[in-house]
Amino acid sequence: MDILIFAETNDKGYFKKDALEIASYAYEISSQNGGKVKAICFNSTNPEKLSEYGVKKIVNSKNEELKNFDSGIYSDYISNVFKDEKCNVLILSSSSNSKYIGGILSVKIDAGYVTNVISKPVLGNNLVVVRNTFTNKAFETVEINKNNTILAISKNSFGLKENPVEAEVLEINFDITEARNKVSSVEKTSNKVTIADADIVVSGGRGLKGPENWHLIENLADVLGGATACSKPVSDLGWRPHSEHVGQTGKPVSSNLYIAIGISGAIQHLAGVNSSKVKVVINNDPDAPFFKAADYGIVGDAFEVVPKLIDKLKEFKSAND
Amino acid sequence: MKILVCISHVPDTTSKINFSENNSVFDKTGVQFVINPNDEFGLTRAMWLKEKNNAIVHVINVGLHETESTLRKALAIGADKAIRINQDPKDGYSVAKHISNYIMNNTYDLIVAGRESIDYNGGMVPGMISAFTDINFIDKCIELNISGDSVNASREIEGGKENISTKLPLIIGGQKGLVEESDLRIPNMRGIMMARKKELEVVEVNEDYQATISKSFEKPNPKSEVTLVSADEIEKLIDLLHNEAKAI
Repeated sequence: MDILIFAETNDKGYFKKDALEIASYAYEISSQNGGKVKAICFNSTNPEKLSEYGVKKIVNSKNEELKNFDSGIYSDYISNVFKDEKCNVLILSSSSNSKYIGGILSVKIDAGYVTNVISKPVLGNNLVVVRNTFTNKAFETVEINKNNTILAISKNSFGLKENPVEAEVLEINFDITEARNKVSSVEKTSNKVTIADADIVVSGGRGLKGPENWHLIENLADVLGGATACSKPVSDLGWRPHSEHVGQTGKPVSSNLYIAIGISGAIQHLAGVNSSKVKVVINNDPDAPFFKAADYGIVGDAFEVVPKLIDKLKEFKSAND
Repeated sequence: MKILVCISHVPDTTSKINFSENNSVFDKTGVQFVINPNDEFGLTRAMWLKEKNNAIVHVINVGLHETESTLRKALAIGADKAIRINQDPKDGYSVAKHISNYIMNNTYDLIVAGRESIDYNGGMVPGMISAFTDINFIDKCIELNISGDSVNASREIEGGKENISTKLPLIIGGQKGLVEESDLRIPNMRGIMMARKKELEVVEVNEDYQATISKSFEKPNPKSEVTLVSADEIEKLIDLLHNEAKAI
């Protein structure tokens, strides 16, 4: 049973952490059940890096025209490699782009597709996995009813495990069909850690009283190397851009550490951030619902607590670096 | 222009999540069902196209009779016709295949689905429909402008947005941004009265096209109590995050 992973790279061609995590996950399956782990990547700068995580064959496609992600072209490429390499399991991350093509790929390779996967598959006649469902309020055990399988692994659910192997790196190029959707421009906040990629997310709510106080959130995020986010009321009030809104109708967060400052913890907010591993709440209202969902909490005034926390973290960082 | 909006019938966000029949099915007892929030943003955007461009808006759902209340709500908001594929939904693949079969027999210019449903969180139906029907697809669509058969749209990407030009026919995975929360519509009495007279087509099907089988559900262990740290002992929080939680 050979497994193919779609290993995503960043703008500079280096693998994202998610790519190394799904490689680790795939290796774990292959080490128990035989078969090779193979990878497909686009414009990777250092494809051989994947061999440190157990990938034995790396198919890298170098082509300027593939610089911009296109769901049609990428899914054509991936399904071709999946078939050529005679794989029957495809592993994706839970990134926006992977989820964009997951459904398309499941039709192209006629596969049972499961998202938000948090466990290794149990192999019997059919593959069985556990996934998050009902916005992290339940786990669901799902059995695949097809010969081929696609699993999208929930971020941070497995972690990185190094398993160095000898790897073959192959460069390929298919004829590229014309993109059906043309990207006219990309607007990105420059040099900021994105909420999707961040291990640590610092989020502010109405308790911060106004956009002029956001330096508290930004400074704390800077010290921790994290991303900034906000609650729905804050983006609705226009204090922060919509792109920072996390929660059920905003962006989902599954970081290692989520720090909520001045956020009461409405059920819609918690639904979007619940899959973060460790949650810290700082709020002056001891009855704020977030205290029931958090792992650690400080009851206190954000304007006093956060500057102290930033100072102490700087001391901690300089002592531990 | 003809628009099809895919409507998922989901438990309201505040619902208690429980399972019955030996933890094999979601327990609907006492649960209030609503239009999936991501679908509602798309439905509202479709209403704007109806008002500005005279578009005809249909809504579709795969479900048993119980989902008709949700379809009637969409009609009361202003959709012209509802279609219910009469089957208990099996999985995302099955739902996408049924809706695609309907689309193949009834031409639409624009198909609007939500980026994911808030119950099973599959997030796969719009992509699958695009592949089954071979039409253009934009996921996580946050802006949509249509003129003739030309489309200018934006999709949310990590750290920003991507502006895209494409052509109809098109399917989008919609979300907040298409319209804002304050734009969502509550059906008024006139809309509710009119909805009773609008067509609700029930389509009978035999196949189930199931690609994955849901075996059982389990609820997470109750969360342990929060560890409170005094505001005067910030070092203690840093110590806990470093040594106990290993998060920094």
